[in-house]
Amino acid sequence: MSRVAETGSGTGGLVRYAPRDAVRLVTRAPAVDAVGLEERAASLGKRSIKKDSKLWALDLAIRCMDLTTLEGVDTPGKVEAMCAKAKRPDPFDATIPPVAAVCIYAQLVPVAVEQLRDSPVKIASVAGGFPAGLAPLDARLADIRLAVDSGADEIDIVLNRSMFLSGDYAGAFEELVAAREAAGDTHLKVILETGELGSYDRVRQASVLAMAAGADFIKTSTGKIGTGATLGSALCMMEAARDFYAETDRRVGVKVAGGVRASKQAIQYLVLVYETLGAEWMTPDLFRIGASSLLNDVLMQINKERTGRYQGPDYFTID
Amino acid sequence: MSDIERTTTQLPEPSAPAWEYAPAPESKEIVRLRDRYDLFVDGRSIEPKTGRYFETIDPAHEEPLAEVAEAGEEDVDLAARAAREAWETRWRDLPGKERAKYLYRIARALQERSREFAVLESMNNGKPIKESRDVDVPLAAAHFFYYAGWADKLEYAFPGRSPRPLGVAAQITPWNFPLLMCAWKLAPALATGNTAILKPASTTPLTALLLAEVMEQAELPPGVVNVITGPGGKTGGWLAAHPDIAKIAFTGSTEIGKVLRRNVAGTGKRLTLELGGKAANIIFEDAPIDQAIEGIVNGIFFNQGEVCCAGSRLFVQESVADVVVDKLKSRLSTLRVGDPLDKNTDVGAINNRDQLEKIAELVQSGIEEGAEIFQPECVLPERGFWFRPTLFTNVSQSHRIAREEIFGPVLSILTFRTPDEAVEKANNTEYGLSAGIWTDKGSRILWMAERMKAGVVWANTFNRFDPASPFGGYKESGFGREGGRHGLEPYLDLDGGAV
Repeated sequence: MSRVAETGSGTGGLVRYAPRDAVRLVTRAPAVDAVGLEERAASLGKRSIKKDSKLWALDLAIRCMDLTTLEGVDTPGKVEAMCAKAKRPDPFDATIPPVAAVCIYAQLVPVAVEQLRDSPVKIASVAGGFPAGLAPLDARLADIRLAVDSGADEIDIVLNRSMFLSGDYAGAFEELVAAREAAGDTHLKVILETGELGSYDRVRQASVLAMAAGADFIKTSTGKIGTGATLGSALCMMEAARDFYAETDRRVGVKVAGGVRASKQAIQYLVLVYETLGAEWMTPDLFRIGASSLLNDVLMQINKERTGRYQGPDYFTID
Repeated sequence: MSDIERTTTQLPEPSAPAWEYAPAPESKEIVRLRDRYDLFVDGRSIEPKTGRYFETIDPAHEEPLAEVAEAGEEDVDLAARAAREAWETRWRDLPGKERAKYLYRIARALQERSREFAVLESMNNGKPIKESRDVDVPLAAAHFFYYAGWADKLEYAFPGRSPRPLGVAAQITPWNFPLLMCAWKLAPALATGNTAILKPASTTPLTALLLAEVMEQAELPPGVVNVITGPGGKTGGWLAAHPDIAKIAFTGSTEIGKVLRRNVAGTGKRLTLELGGKAANIIFEDAPIDQAIEGIVNGIFFNQGEVCCAGSRLFVQESVADVVVDKLKSRLSTLRVGDPLDKNTDVGAINNRDQLEKIAELVQSGIEEGAEIFQPECVLPERGFWFRPTLFTNVSQSHRIAREEIFGPVLSILTFRTPDEAVEKANNTEYGLSAGIWTDKGSRILWMAERMKAGVVWANTFNRFDPASPFGGYKESGFGREGGRHGLEPYLDLDGGAV
């Protein structure tokens, strides 16, 4: 199997790792102390963001948002409605920017392509046997190719936790490299499902593995298990991305997903990004928030910040 | 819908390169400063016999906050007699569970008025509000709660002994944790049945005086706690020398500690000293590096480094020294230095001009002795006492910055090769208050902790305090323990001979 193709994403070229080197990177990843990590995350989470700096953050939160629907009951109608919301989150307010992307299943990508034809909103498709990632490899790769061929701009795949947790780092790595190849130039996000990894050491290792395999983004969660993104797991991944940049000169993005519902949480994650990765990461190219219900809360907070008054939920559209 | 304006302001430019946090100041409204504070003796405010008052300021703005009474020898005598009488008539023989009730009341009042205490502490000391709010005040309350629990269990704390209180305790506290140090000293003293005269540091008397209000609020019998203010040398000296004093508890500089010890020798007074430090924070190559960086930052920049147990000497295993120094440098540039009352401030003002000058002098000596200085670029306020967070690399054991306590936001970085060398270098200091060990290996933590000549050894953390855990030093860092069951002992005569 040839190594990773140059994708041109990030600032530096993609570093090619042989599986052996990737395994070495993973096993030598620095230890993570859970108490210290969570303490740091909590202290950043307590930053008091007010007034203009809050409005700026809320605007950025929208621009970094992957508006998501990943249900078995998703239909073309549901996706059409969500695309409309993605393009114009607040029909009454033209100053509200569109979101970064919609995040949907591969089968519904053509619907989104139709809806988002002349819009900056990207189409992200989950693929590769989402959410368990344990379908046969050929099927997973075919799933990725289908999503790409249907017009997806971004592919969200899952790490093979079965291989990773059983210690088959080389196997998990080669699968990710295969996925990277299948996705071609399409933006690739690798979901680590941090809630299943059991420790921050594992989160750090999985981050390194995915970045070494050529992921453009590492993403916390599928949103399909009890534990979604947490400040601790996000911080752990951001520290991994920061160190990976220092070593390889390639900026890998971070996406938090699962359970991010309130503006306050979104701002906490932005603070984490800002104070861990720096201002360069404060862009939809390098930070995303995957969420379905967060958008309206952000709209509500923007409106409150501007007018000093809260409006009821019925003043915001529900798609 | 249309009657509500939805677009009144434009959003700020989204492509702004950096995110400026808007000021988020904690309101000063909650604090009602008096123009002038008298002495608190025998349960009420009395004017000092000296007739003199001195100014106490806000070090972040160099603006006066209030005038505070200067106690003379006569005032000290009044306080000592009030404390003695209160001990003999109102406190000594009160059952432990009754004393505990007062301590619980004080603890609850501190919690209820926590914001007031936190804001006042930050105003008078210069420390960031997030620290006074999240550390100083909650810990102070926790100490009263903790020792309240011991008050009626002293016989169980020392089985087979007959613990008896000593009498009047003179308690002299420093300016770095003004309220918290009062709590560390008062709580065990009161729980064990002693009465107290508190002498807060002359630059930070305001929270101690607010604490006196809490004592009144708790209806503590008059004279059980007295607060006298004045310059350390004079007022503190008279207090320590007073014949009615049975016990002296001092937290402050090693220099003054030595003077006190000389003066107390032969008097039969009990003494505990919590003095300076030059703690080693030791980073092994297998340490959780990113958390160690936070621990290093917390170790030396917490409270502007004005902490006796600050991790001011960093020992890094040579194999990871470059990584650690690089990471530290970039972390330092994210520290937010400025207005102590801003909720986002990480590093506040230095407490007083003398201290600022001492820090500057020692930093200058570091440069002259050939160490390499690093300071992040941050804008410091024009008025007030400020010092930039500072790192020194290329430091050797013989440099003054590696030996003398700086008591400021200045870290000296040294390296080591083997655990034995780390132990040897870390212990090669006249102090011995605290140490930090960072490694992923449990067995190494225990091996190191056994060999550290320091009263407190932290593993994979730093500057963490709990009322249940004893705190105190070795060597020139002092003797005696505060906190925990051990903290009861300095206030007790365990064999019933003192009464």
